Formats: sequence, C-alpha cells, structure tokens
Amino acid sequence: MTMTVGDFHYISKLVRDRAAIVLEPGKEYLIESRLLPLVRERGHDSITDLVADLQRAPHAALRDEVVEAMTTNETSFFRDGAPFQALTERVLPELIRARAAERSLNIWSAACSSGQEVYSIAMTVRDVLAADPHWRVRLLATDLSQQMLTRTREGCYSQLEVNRGLPAAALVRHFRRDGLSWRISDDLRQMIDTRSLNLAEEWPVLPSMDVVFLRNVLIYFDTEVKRQILARVRRVLRPDGFLFLGGAETTLNLDDSFERLQIGRATAYRLRDGKASA
Amino acid sequence: MRALVIDDSRAMRTILSRLMQGLGYDVEAVGDGAEALDAVRRGPRPDVALVDWNMPVMDGLEFVTRVRKVPEWRDITLMMVTTESEHGQIVRALAAGAHEYVIKPFSPDDIADKLRLLGLA
Repeated sequence: MTMTVGDFHYISKLVRDRAAIVLEPGKEYLIESRLLPLVRERGHDSITDLVADLQRAPHAALRDEVVEAMTTNETSFFRDGAPFQALTERVLPELIRARAAERSLNIWSAACSSGQEVYSIAMTVRDVLAADPHWRVRLLATDLSQQMLTRTREGCYSQLEVNRGLPAAALVRHFRRDGLSWRISDDLRQMIDTRSLNLAEEWPVLPSMDVVFLRNVLIYFDTEVKRQILARVRRVLRPDGFLFLGGAETTLNLDDSFERLQIGRATAYRLRDGKASA
Repeated sequence: MRALVIDDSRAMRTILSRLMQGLGYDVEAVGDGAEALDAVRRGPRPDVALVDWNMPVMDGLEFVTRVRKVPEWRDITLMMVTTESEHGQIVRALAAGAHEYVIKPFSPDDIADKLRLLGLA
C-alpha cells in the first residue's frame, strides 16, 4: 500500500494539531502500518481513500480514530496481560504435563516487532519452569523487518519502554542498566531465535509449535490472506497446541478447524478435536 | 477508591492528581513523606499512594518503610513514581515494601497499566 505526499501532509498535520506529535517525512511507513487496520475496518481500499473521506466530511469520530491509531503505543511488555496469565495458569502447566517425556517446548512470537512479546513469554516460562535444566524451551521470534529483529536480538529498551506494562519485580530480576537503557539478561536472550519471515508469503520449514502468538497482525491482511495464514498456522501447530490472537481478532468465519477456548480473561484457540490437518 | 499523591513538585502533584481523578479516584495530594504520614493517620485511608522519592523533610523511601511497619496499613498499595532509575534503587524500594515502580518521565498509560497489574484500575 502506498500513500501520496498529500496524504502524508494531511495525516501529519492532523496528528500534530490534535496530539502534538510531529511526524517527520520518512515516517510514512509508520502511518501506513498504524492506519492500515482502520482502512480495512472502514472498507476503504487505501489510505488515500481514508484521507479523502476525512476531507469530504471531517467527522469527529473518524478523526479521533485516526489520531488514536497514530498515537497509541502498539507494543508493550505483557501487552493485554490476560494471555500471559493464561500461559502461567493453564497453557504451560498443561503442556509441561503433556511433554513430560520429551521435555521440550517450542513457542513462536509470529510478529515480534521490537521483542517485548517474546521476552514477556520468556519471563513467564522462566517463572513457571524456573531454570529447570532438564527442559529445553525454544522461543522463535519472527518479523518482516530486519530492524525489528535486530532490536529483538539486542533486547535493549528505553526507560519509557520498561515503564510500560513490565512489573518492577520483573524489571529488576531480568534487566540490567546499560547507559540510559535497560538490557534483558543474556539468559533470556539465549532462549530466543530470531528469523525474518513474511507471514503473507510461503513460510520456511518451522519446528512444530506448542504455542503460537499471532497477535494484532491478522488485522493488517485481507480475508483471503488471513485464511492462508491460519491454514499455515494449522500445519505448524501441534494437535494439542494453543494459538493466541489479538483482542480484536478471531478465527471465526475464517477457519473452522479452530475452536475458541476461554482461559480466564484470555481467548485462545485450539485445533478442533486436537487434530491438525494436512 | 482513594489515592494519595506525594510529590514536592506542585506541577507533578497536579498532573498525577488529574490522572488519578481521570481513573475514578478521589485524590489527596501532599508535598512530602511527613505530610503523607499525617494524611494516612488522619484518614480516610488511601487505597493507593503514588510516592516520589526525593522530597524535603521525609523522602519517599522513608515513607514507604514507615507505612510498611504498621500492620493496619498493609492494604495500602505503594507505587514509587520517581526519577531515581538505578537498578539498585528500584531493588531498595521494592525491598522496603513498594509494590510498583514507575520511572519519570512516564506516560499516563504507564500509571494506568501498573494499576491494572495491581488490580486497581
């Protein structure tokens, strides 16, 4: 998806006027990635259409939605809380029982962005399993952006980033100060493999996954691509594995081989009858 | 729910008070740890206190330590909100009995997030 110079000026002026946030030229990618879900939700074909809609009839609700999409920090440690609570209380205990013989778990953060999700998973796993040397837990973090993968590998976060969602006890336990930033422990970094992967294209061969975090990423794709992605998830997810989607996402009407499972306040998905399909 | 905002900066007291009011709290704001102890003694007792570290008369760490010594006050949730950002300082505050720790500068969402972690928002 592309946007015109005019679209950029319109959006950046709107965000500057209403939220005092300055978007310099060069931040087009940011506008695109933040507004794409809204474009789809509103049934537009492009950001240009969305901007045209705003210009035609500048209604407050849409304007607010655009500003909110541009200013909401989209990633944080333990984002939404509930999926990590579900990991602690049900998913990990159940998988630890089921994998008692092999003592190995594979967990995938499928759009890892700057790594907060995969490290939140790592901290949760570490809390549940302690540092049991008999277990081998591999966390795969993938993203389209090399820059994001580098950030994930570095595991280095600003003061503002560690303020967000990360319990202070976890901060002091798993991070060390590094200049003005905070760096996550080598111990947790070593649990993670990073890999470049475009969800919308053919995937490389991946290990069978016990848990897949595919949160807040389906919203960027149209229905057909969502279906293809879920079909591929079905192939990598072990029959008794768990899938987590974002709060506004569902497999409903996209792929009926998944069934919804409520775990506390979290929604997870499992393969119906524990059967993976070919 | 009641919040006690403890900060020697008037601007920060205003920011935090508005933020907490926005989250539905009744707010009292004071300028140092000694005034805060008086406010807690006098009541009504706060559910949560947002505590700056560096303040005249009595600093935030001392306030936290004193609150934690009183069994009847154990339900008060203590959150440090401070520019102190060294690893060792955070450990000290948690060891003294602070439940959470937010480093300044912060965004309003950070405070709301931490309160949510504590089941208070």
